[in-house]
Amino acid sequence: MGLATFRGGIHPPDKKTLSANSPITEAKPPKIIVIPLSQHAGAPCKPVVSIGQEVKKGEMIGEPGGFVSAPVHASVSGKVIAIAEFMNAMGRMVNSIVIENDMKEEWTGLKDSPDYMNLSADELKEKVKAAGIVGMGGAAFPAAVKLSPPKEKKIDVVILNGAECEPYLTADYRMMLEKSREIVEGLKVLMKIVGVDKGYIGIENNKPDAIAKMQEAAHGAPGIVVMALEVKYPQGAEKMLIKAVVGREVPPRSLPMDVGAVVQNVGTAYAVYEAARFGKPLIERVVTVTGEGIKEPKNLMAKVGSRISDLIEECGGFRDDVAKVVAGGPMMGFALSSLDVPVTKGTSGVLVLPEEGVIHAEEFGPCIRCGRCIDICAMGLMPSMISVLAEKGMYEEAKEYGLFDCFECGSCAFVCPSKRPIVQLVRLAKSMVKP
Amino acid sequence: MEATKKEHQLLVSVSPHVKSEETTSRIMWSVSIALLPAFLAGVYFFGPRAVFITALCIISCAVFEKLYLKIVDKQSTVGDGSAVLTGLLLGMNMPASLWSFSPFTAHVPVIASFIAVVITKQLFGGLGFNVFNPALIGRAFALISWPKAMTIWNEPTAAFMAMDAKTTATPLGILKEEGVAKLLEVFGDKMSLYQHLLTGNRAGSIGETSAIAILIGGLFLLFRGYISWHIPVSFLGSAAVMAWIFGGKGALFSGDPIVHLISGGMMLGAWFMATDYVTSPSVRRGQILFGAGCGVLTMIIRLKGGFPEGVMFAILIMNCFAPLIDRGFRSKVFGAVKTATAKEIKK
Repeated sequence: MGLATFRGGIHPPDKKTLSANSPITEAKPPKIIVIPLSQHAGAPCKPVVSIGQEVKKGEMIGEPGGFVSAPVHASVSGKVIAIAEFMNAMGRMVNSIVIENDMKEEWTGLKDSPDYMNLSADELKEKVKAAGIVGMGGAAFPAAVKLSPPKEKKIDVVILNGAECEPYLTADYRMMLEKSREIVEGLKVLMKIVGVDKGYIGIENNKPDAIAKMQEAAHGAPGIVVMALEVKYPQGAEKMLIKAVVGREVPPRSLPMDVGAVVQNVGTAYAVYEAARFGKPLIERVVTVTGEGIKEPKNLMAKVGSRISDLIEECGGFRDDVAKVVAGGPMMGFALSSLDVPVTKGTSGVLVLPEEGVIHAEEFGPCIRCGRCIDICAMGLMPSMISVLAEKGMYEEAKEYGLFDCFECGSCAFVCPSKRPIVQLVRLAKSMVKP
Repeated sequence: MEATKKEHQLLVSVSPHVKSEETTSRIMWSVSIALLPAFLAGVYFFGPRAVFITALCIISCAVFEKLYLKIVDKQSTVGDGSAVLTGLLLGMNMPASLWSFSPFTAHVPVIASFIAVVITKQLFGGLGFNVFNPALIGRAFALISWPKAMTIWNEPTAAFMAMDAKTTATPLGILKEEGVAKLLEVFGDKMSLYQHLLTGNRAGSIGETSAIAILIGGLFLLFRGYISWHIPVSFLGSAAVMAWIFGGKGALFSGDPIVHLISGGMMLGAWFMATDYVTSPSVRRGQILFGAGCGVLTMIIRLKGGFPEGVMFAILIMNCFAPLIDRGFRSKVFGAVKTATAKEIKK
């Protein structure tokens, strides 16, 4: 007790020991890379290369399609062999650029600028924008957009999200252990861009070594505080993190900037540092490949566009009786129908679950009004009511119960003794009514 | 290749992909287990008839549920344990004396079970949709239909095979009809009265008499997280305050709350009947109002009504308000009210 947190939340078994002690290793470069032109929230990119064209590693191949967008870059050097629709982890068909890897790893555009902190805020922001950096915690919101709040919004704090509250995942944890200095440097860049002198790094207390490492890295950095947070899902949700760290509640339908905060993931901060210092675009990320169904769980530095099946193979393949493969964590990740989908900027993990412990969707009962979901809802909603109303097709009524305040963390469905597919019902209702 | 082979078998569903181990049936069976101490106390004091009556209720409830669902062509839900729990509660809310063949009253538990499971639960849509506590409606129906048979109370006797125990009045019956002096006279003194009420050595329904055994089960549910403190505490608390203020002879603030708390169906009602998930509010703050309503209504009926006992009617009346209370106490959406810190930022 006494640690900073929010009201509600759950304690799913964290299962992080499967991969926590495996240092980040470089994934084998794949022969074929499929880079979706939409890897982020917002407008898809427009391709700026053509079939047959040779590209260098780090070359921009898709330009932003709007304000809320981020460019994509080649993650290998080689030849563009196709521009076509391919399935992504969410099961959608997305226009993608396919590159045949020439295995030469020829970079373009890299330039070490050790004095990057002397650049102006706008120059730094331009670097973040050009690097195609998006939020790497999962939602993949373009970072430069978050760093460009309207003038009337006064930002006074940047918070780095090192909570990693999703069970199983250890990508952020390994980053904090192995890249702590770079993350702190990235935070300094972010603070300079939005013009604040207060920065926090919030980390769940089940990672004491990461907390110690980050504290050491942040030592002597003015205005930067590393904060231990209570271990509780969804501690890493933006609104919950802000509440825990600075005690402010983001009002419904509002954004963190409405309470003066900008939140970025620790992995994003690392990418920001790499962009500011070396001009390196976001073309690779740490992916935790884990779960009881994989032979050798690992934290892989994987190139954007690598196929998930390649990563699974690199981790020794499946054990017997694999039932489900999830892109992301078990609470909010997407179950894959095909393993032939690419790693994107937002892919934090690949979770392989065996038959044991997987709940089949059809086995659910009626709501018995036990109130567990109401107790734990971090948003203070009544998931039981929303699910019952959605089940009956009463979507407008569900809206009155805060349907659109739900961010689908899945805590309610986790605790539900009737195993009701509450998140599914919430999504159904959201699709049926206007916010 | 291995991966391709697997692909066809991959399960796709909406997140979350892990779920807690808690299930509805585990909850129902846990509540049933929590009732065992009180049931065993009933068997100890009222003999084998307590077993017969309770078994009759449990079997009837399970059979009626199965039959009804078969007739309307729905999947059997007997396995979820809720019908068995209803039967157990119903049996524990009946006098052991019902197991009698002259006059024949052994059909009462069967009909009450039908009312509980088919009319009160299934016709309203089954588990989760019933407005009223099924066991209590079953009992209320029996009490109104067979008022005499339902109020023949045997003297508790530890003589296990005694089938022809003497009849007597319940402590609350004595209190209502003859007053507190008579009650003390019957039980000797105050300490002796408390002792009898706590252990369950007194007339009453099979499972309601032993306050200690009920408390053991109730605390088990509380510590396992199956119920929260809100309903039992507000129920018992408000009843105690009411008993203290209005329960005395003549003067206000001279009543004995302890006697009221550990007599009648107060303990069983507060821990096991009012806490039924389906028929009580699910918002914790609302549960306090619900429990307080139960306590106050119980005491109004006990002190001013025609019946010596009011727990059953009090809970049934409050059941009606449960949906309304949930609506009124709807939880506050995160961030809906501006916090002080948010205001500071504005400045």
